[in-house]
Amino acid sequence: MSIDMEQFHQVFFEESLEGLDVMESSLMELQEGEADDEVVNSIFRAAHSIKGGSATFGFTAVAEFTHVLETLLDEVRQGTRNITVEMIDLLLQSVDCLRDQMSALEQGESADSDQSRTLKDSFQRILDNNPADTAASSETAADTPEKSQPIQGWSISFKPELEIVQSGNEPIRMFRELAQLGSVDTIAHLEALPDFGSLASENCYLNWDLTLRGKDITEAQVREVFEWVEDECELTLTPIIGDFVSVDDEPTADSASEIVSSPAQTEPAQAEQVEAETEQVAEDKPVVLEEVKTSEPSDKSDKSGSFSKRESASIRVGVDKIDELINTVGELVITQSMLSAVGEDFKMDQLSRLQEGLNQLSQNTRELQESVMRIRMLPISFSFNRYPRMIRDLSKKLDKQVELVMVGEQTELDKTVLEKIGDPLTHLVRNSMDHGIETPAERLAAGKSESGTITLKASHQGGNIVIEIIDDGKGLDRERILEKAIEKGLQEPGDRLTDEQIYQLIFKPGFSTATEVSDVSGRGVGMDVVRRNIHELGGHINISSTQGEGSNITIRLPLTLAILDGQLARVADQIFVFPLVSIIESLEMRGVEVGKAAGGCDLIKLRDEYIPVVYLTEVFGISDQPVILDESLLVVVESNNEKIGVVIDDLLSQQQIVIKSLEENYLKVEGISGATILGDGHVALIADIGELIQLSGVTHLNRMLAGSVTPADPQAA
Amino acid sequence: MSVVLAVDDSASMRQMVSFTLKTAGFDVIEAVDGVDALAKAKDKQVDVVVSDVNMPNMDGIELIGELRALPQYKFTPMLMLTTESGGDKKTEGKAAGATGWIIKPFNPEQLVKTVNKVLG
Repeated sequence: MSIDMEQFHQVFFEESLEGLDVMESSLMELQEGEADDEVVNSIFRAAHSIKGGSATFGFTAVAEFTHVLETLLDEVRQGTRNITVEMIDLLLQSVDCLRDQMSALEQGESADSDQSRTLKDSFQRILDNNPADTAASSETAADTPEKSQPIQGWSISFKPELEIVQSGNEPIRMFRELAQLGSVDTIAHLEALPDFGSLASENCYLNWDLTLRGKDITEAQVREVFEWVEDECELTLTPIIGDFVSVDDEPTADSASEIVSSPAQTEPAQAEQVEAETEQVAEDKPVVLEEVKTSEPSDKSDKSGSFSKRESASIRVGVDKIDELINTVGELVITQSMLSAVGEDFKMDQLSRLQEGLNQLSQNTRELQESVMRIRMLPISFSFNRYPRMIRDLSKKLDKQVELVMVGEQTELDKTVLEKIGDPLTHLVRNSMDHGIETPAERLAAGKSESGTITLKASHQGGNIVIEIIDDGKGLDRERILEKAIEKGLQEPGDRLTDEQIYQLIFKPGFSTATEVSDVSGRGVGMDVVRRNIHELGGHINISSTQGEGSNITIRLPLTLAILDGQLARVADQIFVFPLVSIIESLEMRGVEVGKAAGGCDLIKLRDEYIPVVYLTEVFGISDQPVILDESLLVVVESNNEKIGVVIDDLLSQQQIVIKSLEENYLKVEGISGATILGDGHVALIADIGELIQLSGVTHLNRMLAGSVTPADPQAA
Repeated sequence: MSVVLAVDDSASMRQMVSFTLKTAGFDVIEAVDGVDALAKAKDKQVDVVVSDVNMPNMDGIELIGELRALPQYKFTPMLMLTTESGGDKKTEGKAAGATGWIIKPFNPEQLVKTVNKVLG
C-alpha cells in the first residue's frame, strides 16, 4: 500500500506549532517545585503529539529530541521528579528549538541542529541523575531459538479467560494469524462447556491445543500473535524439535465445530481453507496498491511547490463564523426572492414594498460584508501570546521585575494586519522593558514598588483597533531626547518644542537614546522602522509620557486592509479616493492666498501652519488645462505628521470601497496605493498620501518649516 | 463496507489514519477526542475503533472503557495507538477493554493489516 505521507506534513507542522504555543504558555504558568496536573499534562500532551507525529512522518531528529523531552515530562507527570527552574528554562529553549526545527523541515531542510543536540544532552544529564530510574523500557521477548537444533514448529496450549471475546479478541483471528506462519492443527477442548441452560452466549468456554508446523518460526513470532491477550489467557509454548510426528487425529474436534461455530472453524480439516483465504487477502492487496498509485498526482516537485503557497494562504475559521455567513446568505436569498416577486408584475402601488426590499437588501449586503470580513479576523492574543515568555526572559537578562498585564486579548483584527503588527509590537515591548522600566533598586528609590508593570491593551474604537503599550517606568526624558536629536543633527538647537513634537523625534531615522546598543532592544531596527511599518498598515502611532511615571504608546490601526472608508473626489475627468482617516479638513480655495516657498512649491497659510499645495493634475499629468483655483477645493490630508493640501475639482460621496491591487493587475504607480471599482463600473484610483507627500518633494521643506518658529514669509503669488 | 472510528486529537495523525483506511476501502468516521468519539459511536454503530491514547477532555482509555460498557460495543474490536514508552498504558487499556494496540510510529501498511486482522 502506498500512501504519500507528504500530504500530511503541512497539517503536522501547523498543529505542532500550535502545540508549541500551548507548551510555551503552560510552561510560563509553572513554578519551581509545584506542578499543577492539568498544566503538566497539557505540556506533556503537546510534546507527546509532536513526538508521535514526527516519528510517523519520518522526522527522526525531531522524534529523538522530543523523546527525551517526553521522558522527562512523563516523570514530572507521574510525580517521580520535581520540576526545577533549570528544567523550565531548558524546556522553554526546547520550544524555540523545535520551532526552528519545524521551519527547517517546512523548508525541506534537515532538522538536526547543534542546539537540539546540546539541549538533548542537557536533558539526558538530568535524566541520568535520576533518583527514580525510569529507564524501564518494556522488555520484549526477544528470545531467539537455539540455532543448533532446528525447530520444526510449536505446540501451543491456549486457555483463554471466559471474557476474552468481550475485549473484541476473537480466538479465530489469532488462529488465522498463526496460519500465516505455517500450517495449523487445532484441537478444541469442550470440557468447560456448561449445560445449555447455564450457557452465557458472550463467554468463551473453549480452550485449545494447537500445533503449528513450519520451519524457522520463532517464539517471538508466536507470542506476537497472542500479544494482546497475554494477560487474559494461559499460554504454553513448546518447541517441536527434530522430525515431526503427526499427532493431530483427535476425534473431539468434529463435535466442537458444530457447537461453537466461529472459533472452531479452524479445526484440522479446515485449516487449509483458512490458509487459502488469507492468501486471497494477500493477493487482493496489490490491486488496491495500484489504484492508489495511479490516483496520485505524478509530478512531485510541482506538489511540494504548492505546499509553501498553501501555508500562507490558509486560515483557520471558527464554525460559528461560517454559520453566521450561511445564515446571512440565507437571508439574502429570501430578500432576493421577495424582490423578484415584486419585480415580476410590478405596479406603482407596490413601490413601498420595493423600497422595503431594497432596504433589506442593503442591510443583508452590509451584514454579509461584515461576516465575510470576520472570517479574516483573528484575536490579537495570537500576537500577544508571545510576550509573557519574552518578558520572562528579558526580566532575567536585565535583572528587572516586570509584571505583564494583558487586556482585551480577544479583540479581533485582520489576519494580515495581525501578522504585520507583531514585529513593531515586539520592538515596543522590548523598548519598554529596556528603557522604560527601572531596576528594582531604582524603583524603590523613586518610591515605587519593586516590580514594574507593562500593560498591553487592545480595544475597538470606531472602525479602528487601538493597541496600547503602557508602562509605569521612568517615562521619556524630554531633555535627553532633545539633546540627542540636536547631536544627531535631526533638530535645530534653540527651537521651542511641545512635548508631543519632542516625542515624535524618536521616530526619526538614525535616532537612538540607548547609551549603548543593548542586545535587548537590538541595533539596526529603530523606532523609525516601527513607525513606517505601522504607517504601511494605514495606522498611526502616538506617544504620551510623564517623566517618572511611565509612558503610553498608542497604535491605531484599521480593522482590515481590504476595505477602506474613502472620500471620492473629482479631478478633471478622473475620480480619486482619499482614505477618510487621513483627511483633516476640506475647504474652498476661493479667497485663499497661495504663496510660493523658496523651493518652488506652493503654500497656503492655514491658521498658524503653512501647508504645501499639491496639484494632482500635474502629479499624474491628467490635464493641460490650468487649474482655476477659485473654483477648486482643497483637501488637507496628513500622513507621518506631515500635511499637504491636495487641489481637487469637486468632493463626491463618502463610501466604503473594496481595495484592489493595482500592482497585481497593472503595475505599481507612485502616489497610488490601489484601485477600486465604483458602483457605475468606473475604476477609481486610491491616493497614497504618504507617497504623494514624497512625490511632491515637500517633505524636506515641511520638516524645515515644522521646526522653525519664524518661517520665511511666502511671497504672494 | 466496515466502518472505522478514527480518534486522535492530532489533526495530522487523524488525517493520516483516516486517509489510509479510506484508501484501503473502509468507511471512516473521525473524532477529535474521547467525548467526540463517544457521541459519534452512539450515533452510528461502528465496526472498529482506532483511538489515540493521550487526548484532552477524554483520553483513549476512558473512551474504550465507556464504549465497552455499552451493549452494542461489547464485542467490537478497539485498538489503541500508543507509543513504546507508554508501557503501562497498554495494561490500562486492556483493563478498560481494549482489543489490542498499534505501536507508534507505524506505517500505513501496518495500520491496514491490523485493522483487517481484528475484523477477521
